[in-house]
Amino acid sequence: MIDREQVVHVAALARLALSEAEIDRMQADLQQILQAFEALNALDVSDVSPTAQVIPLATVERLDETEAPLSRDDVMRNAPRVERDQIRVPAVLPEE
Amino acid sequence: MTVEAGYRVVIGLETHVQLNTASKMFCRTSAAYASAPPNTLVCPVCLGMPGVLPVINAAAVDFTIMTGLALHSEIPPHAKFDRKNYAYPDLMKWYQISQYDLPLCVGGWLEIAANGETRRIRITRVHLEEDTAKLTHVVGDDGQPASLIDVNRSGVPLMEIVTEPDITNAEEAMAYGLKLRNILRWLGVSTANMQDGALRIDANVSVWPIGAEVGNTKVEVKNMNSFRALGQALDYEIERQIGLLERGERLEQETRGWDESDARTVSQRTKEYAHDYRYFPEPDLPPLEITRERVQRLTKRMPELPDAVRQRLVEELGVASADADELIEDRDLAAYTLDVIERHAGPAAEVVTWVLQDVRRLLNARELKSADIPISAASMAELLALRAKGDLSSTMAGTVLEEMFATRKPLEEIVAARGRQISDSDALAEIAREVMAANPQAVADYHAGKDRAVQFLMGQVMRRTRGQANPGKVTELLRAELSRDRGA
Ligand SMILES: [Zn+2]
Repeated sequence: MIDREQVVHVAALARLALSEAEIDRMQADLQQILQAFEALNALDVSDVSPTAQVIPLATVERLDETEAPLSRDDVMRNAPRVERDQIRVPAVLPEE
Repeated sequence: MTVEAGYRVVIGLETHVQLNTASKMFCRTSAAYASAPPNTLVCPVCLGMPGVLPVINAAAVDFTIMTGLALHSEIPPHAKFDRKNYAYPDLMKWYQISQYDLPLCVGGWLEIAANGETRRIRITRVHLEEDTAKLTHVVGDDGQPASLIDVNRSGVPLMEIVTEPDITNAEEAMAYGLKLRNILRWLGVSTANMQDGALRIDANVSVWPIGAEVGNTKVEVKNMNSFRALGQALDYEIERQIGLLERGERLEQETRGWDESDARTVSQRTKEYAHDYRYFPEPDLPPLEITRERVQRLTKRMPELPDAVRQRLVEELGVASADADELIEDRDLAAYTLDVIERHAGPAAEVVTWVLQDVRRLLNARELKSADIPISAASMAELLALRAKGDLSSTMAGTVLEEMFATRKPLEEIVAARGRQISDSDALAEIAREVMAANPQAVADYHAGKDRAVQFLMGQVMRRTRGQANPGKVTELLRAELSRDRGA
């Protein structure tokens, strides 16, 4: 069961402002998603080795070589606001 | 530092190291962000555009494994990357690709010397992640407070080295940091410069009264951008926590930043759930298999590390241990010195003293880096050989060295132009007699008991020979000629 408080907590972590109605809706949706995953608990996995990935592959790596970056104009294309060649966002407190 | 007795102090360090790869961690954009104008080293991957896929930089993995090997870590055969989720505008994706429970290196230790004691600081883990974009907090063009984002640093490979809480005071923390920095430089995996942010050391500090239950209130201290700041911040924080306990107050689990100008730590008031990162395996990157062949290949690629070089200098080559300590602080200078030692027939200590004094003085005067000594190790060895043979006096060798630094002309050319030291007794005796004949007053002074007159005559001989006369020989010959003159 996911309670209302957990929904509010997760929303706060994601910096989402949810209305009361949205919190109700998300609680129901998340509950359904969690239930779907809980179905997996019914499986007998005693002879399956644990994994972090369902793709039966090891990753590939690349050589340490460089490629040309985007132009600054392209980088800034989605920026809400540009100032001093940087992306301007509302002031945030220093963190991390 | 004054720590009141009766308290136990435990410190763990988390060190972030920017790796000096050519490209970023998960894309082919150049990682040379320090010298680039804002937002000119950015591609769709490090900008966090939807639909892009990360690809691991093999060199960053190699560098991390090499660091682990230097710290005696175990390199497990399986590793993986995870998503660390937090919403802050320095993360373009709103998550950082990091390593949670299967890091590249596990365990290990680093031996440090502090407060006259040698101790092993246990390493918990070494893992790999990506650096964030750089935020600047400003007053914007419209007069409103704003934050500006430069994405260049986003995605630069960042290695994190975590210790067990084995450190008990600021001196040990600094000794650990300095030693780690030196190893990183010898490995060549990072510039490890603190001022540029290539090396960032954060500390978790816990203090509790001896006899009481083990303290579990960890205060994280950040923002120290020099070793001096690291020492000051830890001294301050330990005293602050003891002060609170003395007054019967409770310690609070929090993050505090070092404020250089006020010389104190300041609470950063992060929200209580800021550490709820909801890690989960990075779905875009299958697990990493680290083959034993790769670990072996990297083990072979490891350079001789400073502790081993120090031991070799002292035990096999007879170099004074204080000189060896000084030399291993500078990887490039040490490598150069070892190269000269190998070509030099005389004692290694001679080379070390020469490098630490004469060569380093010139490097400093000309603001050159140790890697940029303008004289090959072979020429340097030849110069030392000329000095050892007496073809050059110590003073002359110094002058020749200075001219080689200034003009970058070959050794032979400079020595040919300046001439070698004159040690030939007949030639020097003749010059001594000429000088005496030209300076009867000085000769008379000498006979009148003024021994200093010899110095004057010596100066005249040096002048005539343009500094090339062997000073020991000249003194000896002058005294002989003067006493013969008295006898005459
Ligand atoms: Zn990129």
